Amino acid sequence: MKQYIIIGNGVAAAGCIEGIRSVDKDGKITVISEEKHPVYCRPLISYYLEGKTDTKKMNYRGEDFYTANGCDIIYGKKAVKIDKAAKKIELDDKSKLPYTSVCVAVGSSPFVPPMEGLESVEKKFGFMTLDDTLALEKAVTKNSRVLIVGAGLIGLKCAEGLHGRAASIVVADLADRVLSSILDKDCAAYMQKCLEENGIEFLLSDSVKKFDKNKAYMQSGKEVNFDVLVLAVGVRANVALIKDAGGEVNRGIIVDEKLRTSIEDIYAAGDCTEGEDISLGAKRVLALMPNAYMQGHAAGVNMAGGEELFDKGIPMNSIGFFGLHCMTAGTAYTSEQGGCTYEEKFDSGIKRLFTKGGLLTGFMIIGGSERAGIYTAMIRERTPLDSVNFEMLRKAATSAAFGKEARKEKFAMPH
Amino acid sequence: MKRVYVNEEWCLGCHLCEYNCAFANSGLKDMAYALKGKPIYPRIHIEENDKISYAVSCRHCDDPICVKSCIAGAISKKDGVVHIDSEKCVGCHTCVLVCPYGALAPGESGIMQKCELCLANSCGEPACVKGCPNNAIVFESRDEEV
Repeated sequence: MKQYIIIGNGVAAAGCIEGIRSVDKDGKITVISEEKHPVYCRPLISYYLEGKTDTKKMNYRGEDFYTANGCDIIYGKKAVKIDKAAKKIELDDKSKLPYTSVCVAVGSSPFVPPMEGLESVEKKFGFMTLDDTLALEKAVTKNSRVLIVGAGLIGLKCAEGLHGRAASIVVADLADRVLSSILDKDCAAYMQKCLEENGIEFLLSDSVKKFDKNKAYMQSGKEVNFDVLVLAVGVRANVALIKDAGGEVNRGIIVDEKLRTSIEDIYAAGDCTEGEDISLGAKRVLALMPNAYMQGHAAGVNMAGGEELFDKGIPMNSIGFFGLHCMTAGTAYTSEQGGCTYEEKFDSGIKRLFTKGGLLTGFMIIGGSERAGIYTAMIRERTPLDSVNFEMLRKAATSAAFGKEARKEKFAMPH
Repeated sequence: MKRVYVNEEWCLGCHLCEYNCAFANSGLKDMAYALKGKPIYPRIHIEENDKISYAVSCRHCDDPICVKSCIAGAISKKDGVVHIDSEKCVGCHTCVLVCPYGALAPGESGIMQKCELCLANSCGEPACVKGCPNNAIVFESRDEEV
């Protein structure tokens, strides 16, 4: 009987469990979970602060998930070493678990750059886990002045979540715009305006020079008084387990389209990995939840002896603030890189489609994102633009822009 | 398995399916009371231009990318039907971002909704199909074509 070990207990791990069980109903699955919670939806922590969900509803799967899938779960322990020669995983309590194959799904950790005086700040938090969130919830009162360092996805979702719970929220970022990892300057301006209209203040192109207890001295010379500090500068993939075992890592654990690492019988999935972004034609960390599940599932199927490829990976995000939705996918090539940009503006927002080499490679849509999945599928499937009515697609995402046969395939055939 | 299929050659673009869908899912007994003078949030929609029109609703895919992508674990597939747990959905629109058919959209409350074949409402069979005047939408099994 095969012995599967899954290190980590996030969505990639859940995908891996379901992937294994789609092929192998009997093998022994052991999940090693550092957090003492069953798999939950990490991106929902900001919705928890907003009151749109609760800790029970945040569970990703039903209460009987592990037992129904015949998994042993070890809570509160950490895998510290992969012993390739003996095919064993060593835990932080020195116990050793034998494996047939392993999925490393250990996610990422917040990256905190060295900042002078940070140790003098009493109430400081990360915003990655449920435990971070519960601690932050306790610390914030109606009178709290909150400073968030980082205007990326995590920092801004935290700002939205705390809106209404705190007296003021200031977000600082070294970048010149919000959501700089997914939006260009013009698109970012729409989101920033919406956030500002809801009372969130920004200090952009600025960073903290020094903390002194409840005061931040910024590089610009500004001073920010705060009661609660949230650090959301960025995240780094957890690569140590594989790196220490001699496996190939870059910014993430290098995986192929079967999610195999460079070490035999060791797979990896989710935010800790670096896999092919087909819109870029190169490997990059694709740390987002749909990919985590899909990678985990494919890894599980392959570990169990089936075959499933994860070969359509692209970055993609759907994120909304105060009712304004923003969707992005793929890669935005500039004209210098041989790309073309097509823009449509409408009442509440903007849409930019990016093409290169006869393919749709990416998009950014603020507001008006109905049926955007049609664009996403074109990027993932590498649909040639000369096979569609692109003029029509620029205006709206619609299958009417495809040929009659393609539409018949979509709507008159089983899938 | 029986699914909703669309014959675009027969679609008149009358939008009756949208009204029948919204009514079937309203939980109300009177159609005029349920729909008149209100914005409607059907789970099927007509896409059209000067040449064609056709209805779009959930394909209940064999390997649904919305299920794999839902950040709230709110979408599942059971007995061939892709279902949204409206209690768990937080309205993040990730399913809209990934559905290649454009088959999901928010309802009145901002929570996502999609065709669930009218199996859980009082209609009991797809209302869009039942009310289509030209048989442009049908509910049948075509699995043998795979």
